Amino acid sequence: MRTLLRRLGFYLLAGFAAVTLNFFLARLLPGSALQNALAKLRGANLDPAAIRALEAQYGTGADHSLPSQYLTYLSGLLHGDLGLSTSQSAPVSSILGSTLPWTLGLVGTATALAFVVGTLAGIVVGWKRNGLLDGLLPAATFFQSVPYFILAFLVMMTLGYFGGFFPYQNGYDIGRHAHLTPGWNGPFVTSVIEHGTLPALTVVLASLAGWVIGMRNMMITTMDEDYVLVAAAKGLPQWRVAAVAARNAILPTISNFALSISLVVTGSLVTEIVFTYPGVGWQIYQAILTGDYPLLQGILLVVVFTVLAVNLVADLAYVALDPRARKEA
Amino acid sequence: MTGEPVLEVRDLCVDYGVGPGGVRAVTDATLTLRRGEVLGLAGESGSGKSTLAYAVTRLLRAPGVITGGEVRFHGPDGVLDLLEADAATLRRVRWDQISVVFQSAMHALNPVARIDAQLTDALRAHRARLGAAERRERAVELLRLVGIGEERLRSYPHELSGGMRQRVMIAMALALEPRVVIMDEPTTALDVVTQREILDELMQLKDRLGFAIVFITHDLSLLIELADTIAIMYAGRIVELADAQRLFHSPRHPYTLGLLNSFPALHGERVRMEGIPGSPPALTALPAGCAFHPRCPFALARCAHDVPRLTEPAEPAEPDGAPAARSAACWLHTGGEHVPAPLARVLGSTP
Repeated sequence: MRTLLRRLGFYLLAGFAAVTLNFFLARLLPGSALQNALAKLRGANLDPAAIRALEAQYGTGADHSLPSQYLTYLSGLLHGDLGLSTSQSAPVSSILGSTLPWTLGLVGTATALAFVVGTLAGIVVGWKRNGLLDGLLPAATFFQSVPYFILAFLVMMTLGYFGGFFPYQNGYDIGRHAHLTPGWNGPFVTSVIEHGTLPALTVVLASLAGWVIGMRNMMITTMDEDYVLVAAAKGLPQWRVAAVAARNAILPTISNFALSISLVVTGSLVTEIVFTYPGVGWQIYQAILTGDYPLLQGILLVVVFTVLAVNLVADLAYVALDPRARKEA
Repeated sequence: MTGEPVLEVRDLCVDYGVGPGGVRAVTDATLTLRRGEVLGLAGESGSGKSTLAYAVTRLLRAPGVITGGEVRFHGPDGVLDLLEADAATLRRVRWDQISVVFQSAMHALNPVARIDAQLTDALRAHRARLGAAERRERAVELLRLVGIGEERLRSYPHELSGGMRQRVMIAMALALEPRVVIMDEPTTALDVVTQREILDELMQLKDRLGFAIVFITHDLSLLIELADTIAIMYAGRIVELADAQRLFHSPRHPYTLGLLNSFPALHGERVRMEGIPGSPPALTALPAGCAFHPRCPFALARCAHDVPRLTEPAEPAEPDGAPAARSAACWLHTGGEHVPAPLARVLGSTP
């Protein structure tokens, strides 16, 4: 329990640091979000008083000092208020509310899939070292070494555009002939799954090799341990011996999971942009294009907290799986 | 010494690697283990004693390959050639008939599994009709056998001391009441007091349960106390094989003599301690002839090119007149040579 509290405290601190950095980073960037938005409104004729009124509303004006803006930001955060998006004139929290589920669904599913498939494949490849499966590793490594956006394009062009196997745009069918009501109904869910296939495939392809190779190497190291030899000497069935090795080999993989999750999240944002997926990635792209700092800030915050949360879960999983990590008896 | 054999090893050869890069780690090893007997395997590091033991159980890891010989196990249902046995047969024999206690209990216990799980998994694999409650009962019984309380069942290996872990390991090895327990330096990692306790317990258990032990160690003084028969290995070959008393009081091979001279006796007059000059040869560059000849104080001319076979020494005759159950691989004892005095002692005469 003490270990758990200590970890929680650490994550709280990391979260606070991220919030602070996030706040000042946006303020350090040249230009103001409001100016960026107003520059687009060519027809609008605003006098200085009106601009000052807008500044007050968005909380970015010169009459607010940086520390006071920071405090306002913090207290807003505590109330779930992430500020107003300057490009969409909507609360950032409501924009996130409509886009985050898409991203979480996509990234979560793809990551879980890649982790499970990759780890299982790694166990098999490691156990049957020098088998046929080892020959597949270079292919998997190739997919991992290709940058996300190129891989996404490759997948989109081959399986989507030319192959026509799966739709390659949007989160669900919004075509003229589609009559879909978003919600938990069959046609909509099917459409979502179809549209999610290619982006998910990209994420899986890009991260699979990491899991396979990591797990394979750990398997090979672990299989040299005496306790695996003991399991064999006990005359246990082959799969039980493999299970003993796998159970121990998976521990470092869990810590790697925490490390690599941030890569997967950023990579999937790129993937979303390529596939015009209605998730956070698409929003981040729009926010950068329009200089919408409040939105950008909100998204970064969500990403940071997601990564922290996954790290926490990985930490907890590690403690649950490795008795040696539990301090108290 | 008169028990029926349980394990017979004939001309066993083990290589590490194949082809030109291969190295012969064990050459023509021949041994017999009898029921209830303790057979000691002694030798320096790298002499092939562990390799021999793992080859017998077919647990050699790549690149170790058995290249010749046979291993006959006398089980409850007849004689079985372990080197010819298929995977399923091997799995049935393992642990049920031949179990292994590994060198370091630190590494031989699965760090993420509780003691009870590790004690009972072999039961689950070999005694399918036992229920969970019976398995647990057996686990408690086994722990009690080695002097560990029931409350340790739910412990993880890292929560136990080194001595306790080795005890658990021994309890594990006895779980299915095997005929043969192979012990690879079971107490090397422990302090001498714990070592003594565990070995005493082990010998009591052996007398009670009647299993035979192959005891591998580099500690010859320990073997002389424990073992019935001792095989001395040097550079992959068994160079001397004799019962413990004969080996101790009247060694025949110069290497055995060297080993005996490298630890002090508790009784008797003070003698000068002598090690063996030089160091053991690399297996990749074995000297021609007898591998020990460059270090041997009594080397003859032929030792440099002829490999001596393990044979009964020609003389001196054993005092009890019985056919000597001993052999040595040394040209000094093939007859016609003058045997130096330290290698010609006779059991019973004052050394």
